[in-house]
Amino acid sequence: MATAATVVTPLISTRGGFVRFARRNPTIVIGGAMLLVMVFVAVFAPWISGDPFTVSPVDRLKPPSFADFFAAGKIDRFGTDNLGRDIYARTVHGTRISLVVGITVSILATLIGLAIGLAAGYFRVVDAIVMRVMDALMAIPSILLAIALVALTGGGIAIVIVAITVPDIPRVVRLVRSVVLTVRERPYIDAAISVGSPSQKIILRHILPSTVGPLIVQATYLCASAILVEAGLSFLGAGVPPEIPTWGNMIAQSRLFLARAPWTIFAPGACLALVVLSINLLGDGLRDRLDPRLARRM
Amino acid sequence: MIAYIIRRLIATIPVMLLVAVIVFLLVHLAPGDPASVIAGDNATSDQIAAIRATLGLDRPLWEQFAIWIWRVLQGDLGQSLFWNRGVAELILQRAEPTISLAITTLIFAVTIAIGLGVLAAWKAGSGIDRSVMGLAVAGFSLPVFVVGYLLVYLFAIELRWLPVQGYRPIAEGFWPWLERLILPSIALGLAYLALIARITRTTMLEILAEDYIRTAQAKGVATRPMLFKHALKNAAVPIVTVVGIGVALLISGVVITETVFNIPGVGRLVVDAITRRDYPIIQGVMLVFSAIYVLVNLAVDLSYTLFDPRVRY
Repeated sequence: MATAATVVTPLISTRGGFVRFARRNPTIVIGGAMLLVMVFVAVFAPWISGDPFTVSPVDRLKPPSFADFFAAGKIDRFGTDNLGRDIYARTVHGTRISLVVGITVSILATLIGLAIGLAAGYFRVVDAIVMRVMDALMAIPSILLAIALVALTGGGIAIVIVAITVPDIPRVVRLVRSVVLTVRERPYIDAAISVGSPSQKIILRHILPSTVGPLIVQATYLCASAILVEAGLSFLGAGVPPEIPTWGNMIAQSRLFLARAPWTIFAPGACLALVVLSINLLGDGLRDRLDPRLARRM
Repeated sequence: MIAYIIRRLIATIPVMLLVAVIVFLLVHLAPGDPASVIAGDNATSDQIAAIRATLGLDRPLWEQFAIWIWRVLQGDLGQSLFWNRGVAELILQRAEPTISLAITTLIFAVTIAIGLGVLAAWKAGSGIDRSVMGLAVAGFSLPVFVVGYLLVYLFAIELRWLPVQGYRPIAEGFWPWLERLILPSIALGLAYLALIARITRTTMLEILAEDYIRTAQAKGVATRPMLFKHALKNAAVPIVTVVGIGVALLISGVVITETVFNIPGVGRLVVDAITRRDYPIIQGVMLVFSAIYVLVNLAVDLSYTLFDPRVRY
């Protein structure tokens, strides 16, 4: 009896905690849950769908059919494209590219921007030069910068990731710098300087922690926009090579069939919108929790 | 005021110069040699060397930059590799569709966004407010090309209300021009609309809580003049700032929208240049669009005096 009570009590209290958390932060829970499903789909893509590359001319432009949905070898769950390829399998595999690009870009841009922003905010000499370069980078339309990089180098996932990361860096730098500028005026920084702490220690121990909240929020938005830009670049033919199934590539290859086979465009399009929506919802929720100052302004 | 405008224009020079440096270095330091791109896949090393010499690619980098920037200042953006014509000339030829699309999108997005933002702030917390904010999140999440194809499918293919794609110059009549711009403007303007609606709502919420609004209501000012004259005019500065920042969103969107709707504008010029690796075009359009972005935001700064007499330059 005693053991049953000790097992049951914490279980109830965690569930109560979760329900309360979910009620207070519905967007975090909904966005997070949708995103988790997408991550699951991306990780297990080969096990939950067929082969995205098999061309089957007899099955060209078949409309979606829901009969025997779970039958093995079924290729028209979401219909087929103009080469008779399984759109369900291609969409499922496309999740991988989108999430890999989104997550890599947001981590890279955040880390690089954080390093530059900390230096610019703390050392006045660096600040003047770095911020002018950042202003100039922000003035160049990011999609054109990405197009130029991809067109000159010939493309590939790594180039696409770099091309999306570079224009995002100034946004992170500005955010980090603004946090550093307010924090460095606080008395405890003066105190740290006066007891002789080295700059490196002041930055890492006393300033860095204040940037974490706003950065997490920023990183989610960067992830969402990176996924949109990657799809846009692939759609324009300046992204991931066309033979790789990505949502942007699928839409680009199907655009001539919009009138005859709208599902070829709307299946990947809907997934793209859902992923970006889930990350934006998560970002809004995190913003309300982690960055109340920004939340009030938005 | 005029002295201030001149001072601000001069202040944009360092930024534009840095933009030029970045654009130049991007092309010249990126892995992949422009000369071998021009020469094609079957060129011999002698041919490539000859092209290098005619393009001046064998000179030191700073010298190449000096020559290039001197030409750019004279309005010479270089020669397109594919069209064998001046890049500046090509951009000018394609300017009308792009400017038309930008203007109709601006009008569509800004008027609706401000209306929705004011409404949401006035009815804060209500169902209207929540649906406007929901629309805003959706606007950020829906990709331009997905919205574009959805609109084409519904209104052009299924309902046949509007043309599927293409562009007519305004010289051929106002309606044929406008009817081809309706769907592209909605697709392009959605994210922009979301951005502006959100900032309008936030700023209006702050202003509606001010004492003078309570005073206006107390002395019996009707709701509409209270919202649009007393409140909105004071909310203008942050809204106009975001309208300016959002131009970046429009520029990126134009490239995609023109591809979806087959509009022969500057965006399509760039997209066609990708597969042809016509880097002078990409370089030229980057410079022009960056300059537009910088100038629009300068104009936004200057417009503050119109909305807020306390701002004096």
